[in-house]
Parts: sequence; C-alpha cells; structure tokens
Amino acid sequence: MEQMITAVMSLAAIGSGLGVVLGVAARRFAVEGDSRVEEIVAMLPAANCGQCGFPGCEGAAQAIVEGEASPTCCPPGGKVVALAIAGHLGITLGDDDMEEAPKIAVIEDAICIGCTKCYRLCPSDAIVGAMKQLHGVFAEACTGCNQCAEKCPTGAITMQELPATAGTWVMPKPPMAA
Amino acid sequence: MAHVVIPPIRRLLTRWGIHPDSHKFPAAGLDIVDAGLPPLLVLPLSQQAGAPARAVVKVGDHVLRGQLVAEAVGHVSAHVHASTSGTVLAIGDAPMPHPSGLPGQGITLRPDGLDRWAPREVEPYPINLAPEEIARRVAAAGVVGMGGAAFPAAVKLALGQRSGIHTVILNGSECEPYLSCDDRLMQECAGDIIEGARLLLRATGAQHLLVGIEDNKPDAIDAMKVAAHPYPEISVVRIPSRYPMGAERQLIHTLLGVEPPAGGRAADVGVVVHNVGTAAAVWRALRHGEALTERVITVAGGAVAAPRNMRVRVGTPLSWLVERAGGLTREPARLVVGGPMMGVAVPDLDVPVGKGASGVLALTAAEVGEREPSACIRCGSCVVACPVGLMPLEMANRINAGELGQAEDIGLRDCLTCGACGYVCPSRIPLVQYFAHARGELMARERERKRLDEVRELTEARAARHEREAREKAEMHARRKAERAAAQAAEAAAKAAATQEESA
Amino acid sequence: MNSPVQASPHALSRRTSGHIMALVMAALVPATLAGFWQFGWPAFCLWAVTVLSCVLAEALCLQWSGRRVAPVLSDGSAALTGWLLAMSLPPWAPWWIGVLGGFISIVIAKQVFGGLGCNVFNPAMVGRTVLLVSFPVHMTQWVSPQVLAQGTDLAQAIAIGLNGGIPDALTSASLLGHVKTELGRGLPLVDAMHGFLPEQSMLGLRAGSLGETSALLIGAGGLFLVFKRVIGLRIPIGFLAGLCIPAAIAHAAAPQAFLPATTHLLSGGALLCAFFIATDYVTSPSAPFGQWIFALGAGLLTWLIRTWGGYPEGVGFAILLMNAATPLLDLWARPRIFGRRIGGKPLDARRAREVTR
Repeated sequence: MEQMITAVMSLAAIGSGLGVVLGVAARRFAVEGDSRVEEIVAMLPAANCGQCGFPGCEGAAQAIVEGEASPTCCPPGGKVVALAIAGHLGITLGDDDMEEAPKIAVIEDAICIGCTKCYRLCPSDAIVGAMKQLHGVFAEACTGCNQCAEKCPTGAITMQELPATAGTWVMPKPPMAA
Repeated sequence: MAHVVIPPIRRLLTRWGIHPDSHKFPAAGLDIVDAGLPPLLVLPLSQQAGAPARAVVKVGDHVLRGQLVAEAVGHVSAHVHASTSGTVLAIGDAPMPHPSGLPGQGITLRPDGLDRWAPREVEPYPINLAPEEIARRVAAAGVVGMGGAAFPAAVKLALGQRSGIHTVILNGSECEPYLSCDDRLMQECAGDIIEGARLLLRATGAQHLLVGIEDNKPDAIDAMKVAAHPYPEISVVRIPSRYPMGAERQLIHTLLGVEPPAGGRAADVGVVVHNVGTAAAVWRALRHGEALTERVITVAGGAVAAPRNMRVRVGTPLSWLVERAGGLTREPARLVVGGPMMGVAVPDLDVPVGKGASGVLALTAAEVGEREPSACIRCGSCVVACPVGLMPLEMANRINAGELGQAEDIGLRDCLTCGACGYVCPSRIPLVQYFAHARGELMARERERKRLDEVRELTEARAARHEREAREKAEMHARRKAERAAAQAAEAAAKAAATQEESA
Repeated sequence: MNSPVQASPHALSRRTSGHIMALVMAALVPATLAGFWQFGWPAFCLWAVTVLSCVLAEALCLQWSGRRVAPVLSDGSAALTGWLLAMSLPPWAPWWIGVLGGFISIVIAKQVFGGLGCNVFNPAMVGRTVLLVSFPVHMTQWVSPQVLAQGTDLAQAIAIGLNGGIPDALTSASLLGHVKTELGRGLPLVDAMHGFLPEQSMLGLRAGSLGETSALLIGAGGLFLVFKRVIGLRIPIGFLAGLCIPAAIAHAAAPQAFLPATTHLLSGGALLCAFFIATDYVTSPSAPFGQWIFALGAGLLTWLIRTWGGYPEGVGFAILLMNAATPLLDLWARPRIFGRRIGGKPLDARRAREVTR
C-alpha cells in the first residue's frame, strides 16, 4: 500500500512539474505568425510566374509551409530550390520527385516579329531586343517561367531543355544493385 | 648524385593501395616507335586542366608545325599548337575523349605531309635563362603535365616561385597497369629528362630534386641514375610498387615523409611534383624551341595485336594508333584513353588523343571483368585499399540514399577517384561512379544556385525599377496636375482681374 | 550517345563475394570433418539439415520479396550462415532445432533487415541465442565423444534427429558448463577442473559443439583465412586478447575462483568466434580502430558473461552486444583522412614544411 502511494505521488509530482514547465514555455516562447513563410519566400526565385498554381511566390511559400504543396512545385527554381526548401523544413524528397530537367525559353528567329511583348513581361530581364528587331534570350538569366511563351502573339517562343554539354554533364548515378 | 633511400619503417607503415596485375609487357620491353602522320588530326581545345583555349586561326588557314592555333584563356589554361603543317579544315564540335561521349570543341587539321616547322627559337644553354623567362617559354610552348591530369606546367612553375619551393619531385612511378610510356622515355631519353629537371629546379628556385621510380622498373632506374650522376642536387629514388603511388600527395609522403595538408597544394609544404614526361617536354621547348606537339603513348590491351609505345602527334585519332599497333585481334569490350584505373572510356575509335593521354587501351571482356553489382557485404576491402583513408562503402551508401552533403562530410572532397576501391570490391559496386556522380551533382547544384541567385537579383532589380518608374510617373502626373491647376488658377485670376478692369 | 556510361576503373580484381564465402567454407571443412568423425552420423545429419533450411529460408524470402533468387543464392552466404550455426549447436540436437535455428537466422536476423549486407546482428549468433534462450534443455545437452567407440549408423542417427533426446549414459557437460555448476556449488576450481585436460581441448576429445571441440583445427582454418587475406588479424587478436588478458589477471589474483586463460581460450566457442563469427564482414566495423574496439569489447564481454553471467558460455551474447555498437563504431572510429587531423581539420602546412627542410 505504502509503495503504491509513493508511486502515485511521485508520478503525480513529476507530471505536474513538467506540466508547469510546458505551460510556461508555451506562453513565453509563443511565435506570432509563421516566420517560415518569409524564409521560404526568400528562397524562391521571386518570378511570381504562377506556374505552381498559387498567387505569387508568397502564396506558394504559404502552401508549402502548410503542407499543401510539395517543395518541388516551383519549376523555375528546380532541384536546387526544392532541396533547399526541403532541407529547411525537414522534408525528405524522393529521387523521382525531380525528374524533369529545367527548361528555358528559346525564340524561333523566323517567326519573331519584334513586338517586345515578351521583353516587357520577362521578370528577370532575360530577353534582349527592341521594337521591330529580333529578340534573343539570355540563357543564364532565364528561369523558364513560361510567361513570355504564353503572351507571344506568333508562338515564336517555346520552352526547351538545355542541351547537355561536356562542361555541364554529370555522371549518372549507378543503378541499384540486385 | 646523392643517394636517397626510403626508410624501411615508412615502407612497413604504408598500408594503403593495391597491387593490380601490371600487364606492362610486351610494350615495356620494346623501344618507342614513331606513329607517323594520320590523314586527319583533331586538336582538342580543352586538353588541359582549366579553361578551354580559344582558336586563333580560321578555317582554310595554312599552319606550320608548332604554330599557335589556340591561345590560353584565363590564368589556368594552355596554348595549343598545330602538331604538323597543314590546312585547318574545321573549327567546332568534334568527338572528344570525355566520359559522357559528348563532343567538344576542336580544330580539325589536314596534314600536308611536309611536316614543316614554324620558326623555332634555339637556345644552346637554356640553364642560363632567368627563372621567369623559363616559365614564360614553357607557357609559350603549351606544356602541360604529361601524367594524365594535364595541369598547365607553367602555372605550376609560377605557383612555385611564389611559395618558396625547396624540393622538386619528378614522378616516374607510372603506377597504372599497362602503361609503360614513362618507363620507356626514362630508358631512352634519360638525358633530356634530367636536363629538363634542372630547368625546373632553376625555374622554381628549389635546391633538391628527387626522381621517384617504382622498383618494378629497374632499367629505368639505372638509366636515370647514369644520367643524373654529374649533378649532386639530383637523386634517383627507388620507391615501392603499389597503386596509386603516382598520386601527387602519396608520392610526396613516400619520398619525404610529410603529408601535404588536405585542401591545399603541394607547394604549401615547399614541394612541387612534375611528371618525367613534362621534364622532357620542358627541355625540348627551351633547348630546341619546340612547342608540345607530340608525346609518347602506350597502345596496349588484350585486343591489340602488337602493343607498343609510340611517339604520337597530339590530336591523332585512336583508330590510327590501333592500326599502327597491328590492329585489333578481336572486338574490344572497352576502349580507354589513359590507364585502366583512371582513364576515360570512349565510345569509338574516332576520338583524338590529347597532351595528357598516356595510354590507349583496347581491353577484352576478360580484362574488364564481370561487372554485375551485388549487395555490399561490408568486407572493408575498399577501406584498406583507399590511399586517403576514406570509407568508400559508407560514402557510396550515403550517395545512394541521396545524402550528398553527408558524403561530403565524411570525405568526398578528399577522394582522388583513383579507383583502388572499385578495383578490389568483391561485390563489383561501381564506387568511383558514385563519387563522380556525387561530385558532378554537387558542382551542378552549386552552379545552378549561383545562377538562381543572379536571376533573383535581376528580378528584384527589375521590380525595384518598375516601382521607381511608377512612382516617378505618379509624381510627374501629380506635378503636371498641380502645374495645370496653378496655371488654371492664374488664368482665372488674370481673367478675373481683366473683368474687374473691364468693369472698372 | 545512348550506350551506358563505362565508369573507371576499367580493371577489376578477380575476387568476388562468392569466392570469399567459398574460402571461409573451405577453412571450416577440417574442423567440421573432425566433428563428424567424433560425433558420428547424428552430427552430420544435423549439419545438413541446418544448412539446407538456411538456404531454403533464403530462397523463400527472396522469392517472396520479388528478387532474383539464383544469383543471390549462388554467393553462398546463406549456406555459410547455416554452417556456422550448425557448428555452434549441440551435435546430437534434434533436427527441428536446426530447422528452427536456420529459419530464425535467415528470416528474422537477415532478410527482415533487407538481406545480405543490411543486417545489424550476426545471423548465426542470433539463431543460436534465440534457441539457447528458448530451449535451454535441448541446447545444453552435450554428447560425450566416447560415443565414437560405440558407433551409430545412419538409421540410429535419423531416429535421434527425429525424436531428440540423448540416452543419459552418453550425455556429458561441456567444460564451461561443468565448471559453472561446480563453482556454484561452492567447490574449489581445482576439483571442478578434474578430468579436463588441455590436450583434450586441443584435439577435440571432449563434449561440445562441432565448433568448439577441436581448437587446433579451428585455429588452423582461421590462420588459413588470414593467410588468404580474407580476414585481418585485428579482430581475432583483439578478441582473444580481450578474453585472455582479464582472464589471466583474474586467475593470477585468485586461482581458486577464476579459470585460467588457456581454458578460456580453448573452450567454448572462443576460437570459432575469434576467427569466423566476430570477423563477419557485415556485422563488424570496417575501419581498423573500430575493429580493435569491437574485438576487445567482444572478448571482454565474453569473459564477463562466462565468469559472472547466468549462462556458462557468453560468446553469442557478447558478439550480439558488440554488433549493436558496430554502426556507431563505423561512424565514430573512421580512419584519419590523409592530410587531415583525426577531427577532419587540415594539417598545419607550416609544420609539415619545417619537417621537409
């Protein structure tokens, strides 16, 4: 009997002690809003292209933090951004999640009429050119956000994969052992 | 010649490495022959470590042997010279010895068969030149490391001058199986190598020169000892045969007993390592004014009829070399440029050899071995074999799981990709491929991250510009409005005054 | 270019996993044959049943998990596990012990973890330990080797295997078990050791499992493996040192209470364990320093369990405990990287420079 009382008493004491600690901690370290959203926004390419299906990069960040969207939902950011976000939020990405190679805009010379629509739209100033002149894409700056291709009146812009060169080639991962 | 011996205790304590079947004969026993001029040469623009060279000739130009056809770009790069006289047929994509099998930039040359040299600057006593002048002429001759990595030799000399080198090591270990080009070169051109080595000593300002030669090449050791005899600052040292003895840091440790710190250069500990072939090329460049247009290459492998060492023009296609070696006796399972441990497998015989190619191998299926990977049994053979003290099985596990960062934490960056682990693995796990993949992937991600950061900056700058433009527009609008209002008010006032005057 | 990438190295050593397993089995042959010769047909039947059930269990698991059966079975790892398990069982144990042990070893200790190379614990030792804990009576009934004189034919062997139970006249305690009982009764060690001679242990003329009777042949098999570079010397030496050094010290301090080091060395599964069980690649660390800690720890634990534990033999438990520590040892006791300190920081260039001057 005495043992039982000791056990009950000690458990009760431990429980209430921890309860108090937790309660105080919850009050003291309460976080207003979710700081993670801002941190994720800072990681996204800020093109506000809408390819993810959310209103702007902030909307996407909100959705990723809430778990409604995968970190891989941003095509312009690609693998690098997805991995950074996943690492930040502690999510593991599968190997197959990022199968698609990044694409960039390519302008078909023969069809381009030099209307400058794409030039004015491009969020990262990746398109160069002037009125009535052939436009060109600066591949290094293109995020592949697809906004120019949507607005091109002649359909001269297509999204294409970057060709592999010896300089950018990466040795493929060996297949799994049997 | 000073007598230097590796202390036995250091031999005993060295546990790393492997002893692959050497396969050096019969090529190692036969003298070097000239491979002659092929009908077409392709000079790769990226045959040195560092940035690719930029072509300075046009299609249709006639060039002479030793004439500059592509110049170095940036600090780490090397000139490319025409390896015979002839006409430039094309400049652009050509098949290249690269593991991806993707083409690269090259200059295609049709030899005219006359093999006329461009004017050469002959220097009877190059040892009297100033160190800076030696480095300059080495750079002008486009000399790169001939051991395989093809690091521009002049860049190494310049590094050495800056960091106070006391010892130059000549690497004559040639630890890769099959290859015997350095062995033959040391036997046949020991004098050139020693003279070139003295020039390297002068260029770096070092006091000692050690020539490390593996003890499976006794003839080369003898020849080099005879050639080095008059010079007290040069020592020829027998070193134990094991792979990868020819790796720079491992060679320094074996010869001097010091470990160059990881992440730094050999020059940090006052040492610089050059290949014996590089020394010979430096001598030819300074004494005879000859640019680097040819090198010795071992053509060997089970599928080659008559393995041989050949003096080969840079840019010669593999098909020509194989033909000169008696052709193929059977269908090779693999074609390799370089040695079997670290060389590059190429898809066909069209690719040319560059300045860094030490071997051309046509290996049979039996030599390549059965490669169906099975589960890792954690035998630890790779840990024993690794010359750097890594745990290849753990690294491969992490890479397999996609944890590239963790693999980096346990030493991915220190890996030499020497292939010792992959050679011994009883489960046939392609360990080197894992590491090459992880490194490539990490580099690609770094590139992509940098690019995205730049794009981000552009985007933000554009957004800021738009905002500013809108604000300026609004301000302008407001100002115009105010002006107009003021003008109207003034007009009204004037009108009012006029009416008053009228009425008055 | 669609041809698969051909990564370097373009040459391979000839030794494969299958060769390694075959060499280990070859090293076990002499001791096993000696055991058959001593304990007769029942021992052979038990061995065959155990090995077959291990192979069968592996095949079933592979089939069930949809992997290719033939190439994986051909590496011989399942047969080797069964062989080692059979070496550690009482030679006249009923067959169901072998079948059950085999299935436990392969299914629970190996395939559940993901198959070859993924298991944390040594499968043979898991099998033996589970059997020992579950069926203590069957697992401690040793047959005395004098049976040889009386002889058993195959029919008798099958009867023994199916029905179990050794005639009381033929049972005998193993040395360690006997000593534990006698010491427990308060008898001095000299009396307890009466009738056990070291020569017997060497030649194997005493009760015990296949793997413990002939210390000489087991040791020879182990040295064969060392000579063939299948195993290193670190783990065997470390294990035996971890067992013998504390034993020798304790025996010197109190000869009446503690067994001498030679007895520890030659009895039980000490040698089998040192050369064949502790050196199991999968469940032992791969880096040198980790191997030393692993082996010394296993040896010390064996001595502790033998001396103060409830069971006379502690090899199995000691190995399993150190197996659990193996992943940590592999993480913490990594070799020093060339050009770096143990912690991973690069060496000091200035100091190295001074050395070369």
